[in-house]
Amino acid sequence: MGQTLYDKVFDAHVVRKLPSGQYQLFIGLHMIHEVTSPQAFEMLRDRNLPVPHPERTVATVDHIVPTEDQSRPYKDDLAEQMMVAIEKNTKEFGIRLYQPGSGKQGVVHIVAPELGLTQPGMTVACGDSHTATHGAFGAIAFGIGTSQVRDVLATQTLSMGRLKVRRIEVNGKLGTGVYAKDVILHILRKLTAKGGVGFAYEFAGSAIEAMSMEERMTVCNMAIEGGARCGYVNPDRTTFEYLKGREFAPQGAAWDRAVAWWKSQASDADASYADVVRIRAEDIEPTVTWGISPDQAIGVAEAIPEASSFPEAERPNIEEAYEYMGVKPGQPLAGTKVDVVFIGSCTNGRISDLREAARVATLHGGKVPAGVKAFVVPGSEQVKREAEAEGLHRVFLEHGFEWRQAGCSMCLAMNPDKLSGRQISASTSNRNFKGRQGSPSGRTLLLSPAMAAVAALEGKVSDVRQILSKESQR
Amino acid sequence: MSQIKSVSGRAVPVRGNDIDTDRIIPARFLRCVTFEGLGEHAFEDDRAQDKSKGKVHPFDDARFAGSKVLVGNSNFGCGSSREHAPQAIYRWGVRAIVAVSYSEIFYGNTVAMGLPCVHVSVADSEAIQSLVESDPSLEVVVDLDAQEVKVGGKVFPGTVPSGPRQQFLTGSWDATSELVAGRDAVKDVAARLPYIRAFA
Repeated sequence: MGQTLYDKVFDAHVVRKLPSGQYQLFIGLHMIHEVTSPQAFEMLRDRNLPVPHPERTVATVDHIVPTEDQSRPYKDDLAEQMMVAIEKNTKEFGIRLYQPGSGKQGVVHIVAPELGLTQPGMTVACGDSHTATHGAFGAIAFGIGTSQVRDVLATQTLSMGRLKVRRIEVNGKLGTGVYAKDVILHILRKLTAKGGVGFAYEFAGSAIEAMSMEERMTVCNMAIEGGARCGYVNPDRTTFEYLKGREFAPQGAAWDRAVAWWKSQASDADASYADVVRIRAEDIEPTVTWGISPDQAIGVAEAIPEASSFPEAERPNIEEAYEYMGVKPGQPLAGTKVDVVFIGSCTNGRISDLREAARVATLHGGKVPAGVKAFVVPGSEQVKREAEAEGLHRVFLEHGFEWRQAGCSMCLAMNPDKLSGRQISASTSNRNFKGRQGSPSGRTLLLSPAMAAVAALEGKVSDVRQILSKESQR
Repeated sequence: MSQIKSVSGRAVPVRGNDIDTDRIIPARFLRCVTFEGLGEHAFEDDRAQDKSKGKVHPFDDARFAGSKVLVGNSNFGCGSSREHAPQAIYRWGVRAIVAVSYSEIFYGNTVAMGLPCVHVSVADSEAIQSLVESDPSLEVVVDLDAQEVKVGGKVFPGTVPSGPRQQFLTGSWDATSELVAGRDAVKDVAARLPYIRAFA
């Protein structure tokens, strides 16, 4: 019987079985940022522990970084303190830090792949749940908490249990206006926010294989929203082509050896899975969330679902979502007025996301109406440079969007970008939890960058296919 | 390090599936470089919202003040990896959680902090919540050794996966020293992984 990539990579990184029965697992790439690391460094100091492998940790700053005025000291004293802490900690322990202005700063899950740091067959950990993103390369990548950040810094290992593997096949061809974001929202809708607890998700099938690396990253990014601690795609030619020539990718003869090893880590054709789920790509519509959990998602043309269509145990959550969002079952989602549109985040802040949003804005031809605030936050300084070289920023500015500096921004609103009151945002980020975007009563609709661009220009949730059909008529 | 075999005390029920870590501790409280002071902000926005509707959140309810056990439902602690969430609950005074299921990352955080989380059935989670709601003075005993939750004369099965259970019972839940002790074996693993030597 063959093995899955998850099992191969896990086995290759097991240091030993601990007396508790948990595994000591070696971590190949560790990333840190300013929010979940300061306490870990304090714990190291308290226990007088060194960092034996500083070269295997990479730091950047993303969560609290302002996207407008980045001059130091930051106006927010607490944010400034966190910046000072990571500067001091990385210097003291000899860890590489990509600061704003370095040309390589950005959301940690965008920076590591674009530098070629994330590679197939690795174990990747970071004090951030969206570390699942890196699984797009065929890595086993998962979020950890601060005490575990301490453990990785101190030992380059973690105490972990083994997950089961669920293969999720998406077969067929995605329709016009249907993107990677719609695929993962659709999967969440089908498998729920907790259906993946205890599982690693292997994303496969012809629709996933046809995706670019950036699209695969969008899918894996939100595996965690389905309860799966990690999600991955088996490495293939698309993976290798993406990596070739990147700063930290192997070069020359080492490249060929790397590709051979990477291929060997992919799941075997006869691998066995704890579960297999098959989804038809043709069934996926442009998808938008209507509630307070990412699995509360529907096709843009559908109506808000009736509570009775959910299992009884879920109904209190559904009622809570109606109340918080101010919606009623049976009401259409399309046409919902939006106050703020946010395009960015580790889910959808990559160059291809910005290209598609800009293309939709151009096809639409309109301007963001008065009373709607729309802003575009590139995921990294590199994405920003590329976008500006292509003139995407001018497209956004001409259509009334603001163009910002790189960071996590309003995905979780730890910087000055926030909703106020009960504002509704159309957001390309990953979580529509209550209060997520900076206002305790703010409301979030998750959607693709193309759908976000139309929502901005129309001032309401609209079906991007109506805009894209203009193109086919040309 | 201390062994954790059982936790006893009154319990605070927090009803609802998919209680995410943004609700447990909103992101604005993550602007800090220590975990100190997080306890008072646990569930801050939920508490304020309940108050505005004339309701009382269990974390504000005087009857549940001083509780040591939190009783939740399914997928507790989903969302962000922020250890600030279990730290806030711990610093509020909770020393054990009883629920149907937990998000993986939240669970890993609680083990590393020494905050045991036990699994009960859907029906039992609701039954325990109802028992403590009707009599908040009831003592709840979370017994990791016997894998039971005892509430006012009733006994519910309360399981803990074997790895974390052993870690609590033997006092090895803070894994750092054990992981440090494996340093020679770590070198062996690093030596056989081709990417560590850049495929040279």
